[in-house]
Amino acid sequence: MPTLYQQFMQSMMPILPEAIVIIVALTVLVFDFFIEKERKSLLGWYSLAGIVIAAYASYTLMPMGGTFFGGTFHLDPFATFFNFVFYIACGLGILVSINYLEVEDIHRGEYYALMLFATSGMMFMASAGDLILLYLGLELMALSIYILAGFMRGSNRSNEAAIKYLILGAFSSGIMLYGMSLLYGLAGTTNLSGILAFLRVADLSNPIIFLAMIMLTVSFGFKVAAAPFHMWVPDVYEGAPTSVTAFMSAGPKVAGFAVLLRVFLYTFEPLREHSTAILAGLAVLTMAVGNVMALSQTNIKRMLAYSSIAHAGYALVGLAAGGPDGAASVMLYVLIYAFMNMGAFGVVIMLRKAGERGEEISDFAGLGKTNKTAAFLMLIFMFSLTGIPPLAGFIGKFYIFKSAVEAGLVWLAVAGVLFSAISAYFYLRVIMVMYMHEPKESIELSSAPSLALALAISVTAVIVIGIYPTDLLNYARASIAGIM
Amino acid sequence: MIPLSWYIILSAALFTIGIVGVLSRRNIFIILMSMELMLNAANINLVAFSHYSQTLTGQIFVMFVITVAAAEAAVALAIIILLSRNRGSIYVDEFNIMKG
Repeated sequence: MPTLYQQFMQSMMPILPEAIVIIVALTVLVFDFFIEKERKSLLGWYSLAGIVIAAYASYTLMPMGGTFFGGTFHLDPFATFFNFVFYIACGLGILVSINYLEVEDIHRGEYYALMLFATSGMMFMASAGDLILLYLGLELMALSIYILAGFMRGSNRSNEAAIKYLILGAFSSGIMLYGMSLLYGLAGTTNLSGILAFLRVADLSNPIIFLAMIMLTVSFGFKVAAAPFHMWVPDVYEGAPTSVTAFMSAGPKVAGFAVLLRVFLYTFEPLREHSTAILAGLAVLTMAVGNVMALSQTNIKRMLAYSSIAHAGYALVGLAAGGPDGAASVMLYVLIYAFMNMGAFGVVIMLRKAGERGEEISDFAGLGKTNKTAAFLMLIFMFSLTGIPPLAGFIGKFYIFKSAVEAGLVWLAVAGVLFSAISAYFYLRVIMVMYMHEPKESIELSSAPSLALALAISVTAVIVIGIYPTDLLNYARASIAGIM
Repeated sequence: MIPLSWYIILSAALFTIGIVGVLSRRNIFIILMSMELMLNAANINLVAFSHYSQTLTGQIFVMFVITVAAAEAAVALAIIILLSRNRGSIYVDEFNIMKG
């Protein structure tokens, strides 16, 4: 007969990884008081260790599947796959931050705690089997990132980024909440499986069902930065501290796609015809806006912001294609995207040193002569973002467009290929500036072991996944099997 | 007993007022209040549906929404204090360093 304590621990096992992340975040806040200002990087390494332990916990929980806490929490391979992407985003985010925070003189312990809270929110979003948990996870993630975006308290740009993100984020979650309340009113339950059961037997000509679906699409579209809900992205990405931008471009976007996949391919399955039309429309618009607007940018963070909008568009193509293949290609794509984007922002962070922002594309001039390693890394990431084989970005796009063609959305695949041809212009321009322009003055890069480690991990992943994607794709396919 | 449709009309009206408020006002406090209106419109819906469908989930959801709204207001006010300290303005159309 197990004791009450053992029963309690047994029932809490499914949320062990989330619990570890949250406990580490809380202890970071406590330790912050006892660590003097010069040694705050210890907190970064401690948070990183927490992420690694949580990843190990996720790994050991993999054989244990099922639905827990009265249907609100799914521990399925799908959620575990996304949890690993979040660990990667958060881990690389911490690594690129440690030195950057020193340079910006904003090295405070709350930074790492907020990052971990945001990560735990994303993990709950990916595992949510209920609208309530979905909403709470989303808000936990969003609130932490509003604060992170405004972390440079004295900087006007950072303040502005935070308030813009907050107003539009809260606005979109208000819309989402109203859509959720309509869904609850229709189905009488907030459980995603319950809503699916309701939609299977419901009269689908009811306009309220579509209103609810569109409201959810709007707010998730906001989170993944899909056009026409992308207005906040360039400003927030430019104003936020660069390390936060790197984390923001990988974490919340991937979490948004986790939710989109679960809600659209599982819960809204009976509405498939209509949701495909909406998602395909969003995908084309997003690819167009992202790629065309990126052409004229001179600030590298702003350019990468529009590039991240464009990449959300490619992933939406896979979502519109649907089915196990489409879903697996989206999962593979967001994983690859997290690596290559983190890497690109890592190089941007290298250019930031005291007294110089290093955010203009012209600041990269002559990097190929003065610092061959940094320039070569940027070359790899830019090629991968463009989608040039044999790098990972090509593999991601290849499977996305392949699934669109197989789903009969040939026009969407063609549009995607055309838009990624446009994208070659602004990615290759960075390479051109690095290798063909003369250096303005001697460029000294800030480098640190943590940043070097993050870049090494990213570049290895981009090359290895590009050459040998099969196992990863099979893993993504196996993960999706549970929810379809 | 008040029919369900009255609650839905009330919440739809509140939600619309909230959306219009967020989109048209310049003062950041009015924008925040309008966002609270949107959340409370959803709350009215949830409670009304909960009562009429005789399930408790909606009311539990409302508790969480109220908590999150309070947290959101706290973060928003902190950012507004920074803005007014650094820039001396609480009008959103003056926050335009970055554009394009």
